[in-house]
Amino acid sequence: MDWEVKIETKLKDGILDPQGKAVKTGLKSLGYENVDSVFVGKYMEIIIKDISKKEDASEMVEDMCKKLLANPVIEEYKYELNKMEG
Amino acid sequence: MKAGVVTFPGSNCDHDVYDVLSKIFSFDTDLIWHQKRHLNNYDLLVLPGGFSYGDYLRSGAIARFARIMDSVIDFALAGGLVLGICNGFQILLESNLLPGAMKVNDNLKFVCKNVSLEVNNNKTTFTNHYREKEIIEMPVAHGEGNYYIDKKGLNSLIDNNQIVLRYANQSENPNGSVENIAGISNKKGNILGLMPHPERCSEDIISPGRRDGYRLFSSIVANLKAGGEQIG
Repeated sequence: MDWEVKIETKLKDGILDPQGKAVKTGLKSLGYENVDSVFVGKYMEIIIKDISKKEDASEMVEDMCKKLLANPVIEEYKYELNKMEG
Repeated sequence: MKAGVVTFPGSNCDHDVYDVLSKIFSFDTDLIWHQKRHLNNYDLLVLPGGFSYGDYLRSGAIARFARIMDSVIDFALAGGLVLGICNGFQILLESNLLPGAMKVNDNLKFVCKNVSLEVNNNKTTFTNHYREKEIIEMPVAHGEGNYYIDKKGLNSLIDNNQIVLRYANQSENPNGSVENIAGISNKKGNILGLMPHPERCSEDIISPGRRDGYRLFSSIVANLKAGGEQIG
């Protein structure tokens, strides 16, 4: 079974995000006065091959996020794991 | 005295450090390619500045898993002297050899200039040729030097006197780091990570009249000669 993973990482709540702050200023100066906050994160797509159980694939993704894809000191992550068709 | 400078793909200060260690301080110095697995008997390891793996994902995140890093981590945990400069500091954080993490500079700019620093702890192997609270000057050159640590971690750094260098004041702080932190050590004091580049201000030919980096290396040498802890 093959799996497609969509992972997002961003700075944890409460940690000032300099990029988000700059983008917010940009949006405001474009006239989007209602914009209250912006967080900039990262998005990754990963394809995992030949794992039969979803729990095993999920465990592997958790591991990848903790070890490399996110820095748990400052970042949080979430992901979507879907079976690939065909 | 034997020193090793680890070269990752994208390191660009490795030769600067090599020059200072070998030519000014007479270290028998090796450049160590990141794909090596084992280390010779070194008295000092340096993780140099640069952009290892293009800074992809996060600065230092991928270098942390280079083949040589297991040996570097073993060496550091056994008490060996490890100095991480700029990207080297980022790698030490990603390796959990030092606490905290780096964020993008507050002003989103790559900052390359001389800054004033305060020597906050001159009792370390790396800084005992400076005076306590001495104001010194070193160049910085980075886009991700915005050191972050949570309140609890910060208190622990303060309690254990691990904040070694600070930017002299808020206006000298080029990146927005917590408490103006520019360099920290581990609890034991054998690992130092700093954003400024001491190797760029250690000899007159490169930075005439400004040699505040020299004493960081001379501190290390004096400690080694005095029989400081060596890991073989």
